[in-house]
Amino acid sequence: MSNELDNLYREVILDHYKNPRGHGVIEDADVEAEGMNPLCGDEVSIFVSFDGDKIDDVKFRGRGCAISQAATSMLMEMVKGRTAQEVASLDREELLEEVGIPLTPIRLKCALLGLGVLKLALHKGKGTPLPDEWAGLAEDLELR
Amino acid sequence: MAVTAEKKLDARKLRADFPIFKQEIHGHPLAYLDSAASSQKPRQVLDAMTELYETSYANIHRGVYDLGERATEAYEGAREKARAFINADSTREVVFTRNVTAALNLVAYAWGVDNLGPGDVVLVTEMEHHSNFVPWQFIAKRTGAEFAAIPVDGDGELQLDQLDTLAASCRIKVLACTYVSNSLGTINPVGSLIQWAHEQGAIAVVDAAQAAPHRGVDVQALGCDFLGFTGHKMCGPTGIGVLWGRRELLERMSPFELGGHMIRKVTLEETTWNELPHKFEAGTAAIAEAVGLGAAIDYVTEVGVDALERYEHELLDYALPRLDEIPGVRLFGPPTDRRAGIVSFEVDGVHPHDVAQILDWEGVAVRAGHHCNQPLMHRLGVPATTRASFYLYTVPEEVDRLVAGLHKVRKTFA
Repeated sequence: MSNELDNLYREVILDHYKNPRGHGVIEDADVEAEGMNPLCGDEVSIFVSFDGDKIDDVKFRGRGCAISQAATSMLMEMVKGRTAQEVASLDREELLEEVGIPLTPIRLKCALLGLGVLKLALHKGKGTPLPDEWAGLAEDLELR
Repeated sequence: MAVTAEKKLDARKLRADFPIFKQEIHGHPLAYLDSAASSQKPRQVLDAMTELYETSYANIHRGVYDLGERATEAYEGAREKARAFINADSTREVVFTRNVTAALNLVAYAWGVDNLGPGDVVLVTEMEHHSNFVPWQFIAKRTGAEFAAIPVDGDGELQLDQLDTLAASCRIKVLACTYVSNSLGTINPVGSLIQWAHEQGAIAVVDAAQAAPHRGVDVQALGCDFLGFTGHKMCGPTGIGVLWGRRELLERMSPFELGGHMIRKVTLEETTWNELPHKFEAGTAAIAEAVGLGAAIDYVTEVGVDALERYEHELLDYALPRLDEIPGVRLFGPPTDRRAGIVSFEVDGVHPHDVAQILDWEGVAVRAGHHCNQPLMHRLGVPATTRASFYLYTVPEEVDRLVAGLHKVRKTFA
C-alpha cells in the first residue's frame, strides 16, 4: 500500500468513521441544521442543545464518505462545552489539523461539511455570524 | 447482403494511438475507466485540430479569401461526417452545438416554449441524465405543462408496462428519453418507445450521448424527431456536439440563440433568419472542435461501431462475474445483452468517494457520485455509486486491476 493511501485512511480516520463520536439525535435539541455536499452526496444533520451560551450537547447523523463523517465526528469532540461564539469563529485549520491528512480541494469540501452545518446551527440558535468564507457554502445548505 | 468476416477490435493496438496512456499515475500505468464521463483522445484527432490551426484557420462563412474558404470547407466537411455517422437525410438537419446539454436545451426552449401549454404532458424517464430532465422540467413549469417520468425497476430498466396507464390519463406532447443510461449502461428499447410516442401524438427526443460512442445510431431507422450526441465521449474534443432534428420541425421552430451568422436580414424594424442549420448556430462556431469531431467520427468509423459494440460486450462478460464475486460488492443494472460498457456498483459500508480515492492510488480512474442522475439514485435507494466504464482502448488487465483495487478497498475498511 502506498504511503499516501496509508496516510489518507489512517487508523484514526477509519476509527471515527466506523465508531463515530456524538452520533445520534437530540430529541429536544434547541436547534438543528442539515446540509449536503451536492458534489458527492455527503449528508450531515447536527443537533445542539445549549446551557446559556455554552454548547451543552451536540450530536450528528449523516451518511457520506469516510472523510466527511470522520471529520464531523472529530468536530463533535472538539466543540462540546465551548461557547457558541467561540465555535462560530473556530478557524477551519483547527479542524483540519485534527483531521491531519493532506486533502485535495474536492475532499476539503467533504472534511468541512460538518463544520459548515454546525456554524449554521449556531447561527440559527444564537445569531452568531456566518464567516464570509461560508457565504457561498450556506446557499448549498438546506436550512430546516 | 455480402458475407464479410466480422471485424475485430484490437484494443491494445488502438491504445497506442492515445498519448495519455504513456504516463503513470501514482506509480502505476493509467487504467482509465471513466470514458462514460469523457473519453480520451487519439493522436489523429489532436493532429487534425493542430493541422487546422497551423495551416487552414480563419473564421468561417465570411471571408472571401483562401484561408477562410478552406476553414469553412473543413467545418462543413465535419458536418457531412456527422450526417453520415447518424444516417441523417441532409446536413441541413445537423446543427452543431456545444454538447448534448446545449442540444437538449435548444429543443426544450425553441420547440417547447411555442408548443407546450396547460393540459400537455412532458414525459421523461427516471434514468435521464439531468441534461434531458431539468430543461424539460423547467420548460414544463414555464409553460404550465405537466411533467412526468416513466419509472425504472430494480434492475435499472424502464417499466414499460406503465406506458398504457400514462397514455390513458394524459395528453403526452413530448417523450424525452435516453438511448443508453449513463449510470447503469441500460440500453433502452428506444425504437418502440419512439413509435409509442408517435401513437400518442407526441414528438420523441433522444439523448444519444452514451449511445453514439458505443453503437450505431441511425436517426432514420429510429424514427425519432430530435437526437443529440457529443464529441468528447467518442474520442473528439470538448465543446462540440450535434443536434439532429427533423427538417420540418426545425424549420417551424423559432431560433434559440440570437446574434451573428444566424440572421438573413437585420433592420431597425425586424430580423429574418438564416437557412437551416445556420439559424441555430449563432456566433463564431467551435471550428477546430468541429474538425476534431470529424476526425473522431473517422476514427470510430474505421474501428467500426459494430466491432466496438461486440468488444464492449466481451469486456462486460469478462468484468461482471469477476466484480460480482467480490464479497460486499453489489452491481446495479441489467444483464450484458441489454447493457453498454458501463458498470455501476456499491461496496458495502464504503462510500463511493472512498472507493474511487483508494482506486486512484492504484492508478485506476473511476467515477464516484450521482452521475447527474439524482432521481435514479433515489429510485435505487443509494446516495451515489461507483461507476467503471469501458471504451475501445480498454483492455482486460484494467478490469483485473479494478478487481484487485476493490479487494484493497475491502481490506482498508475491514
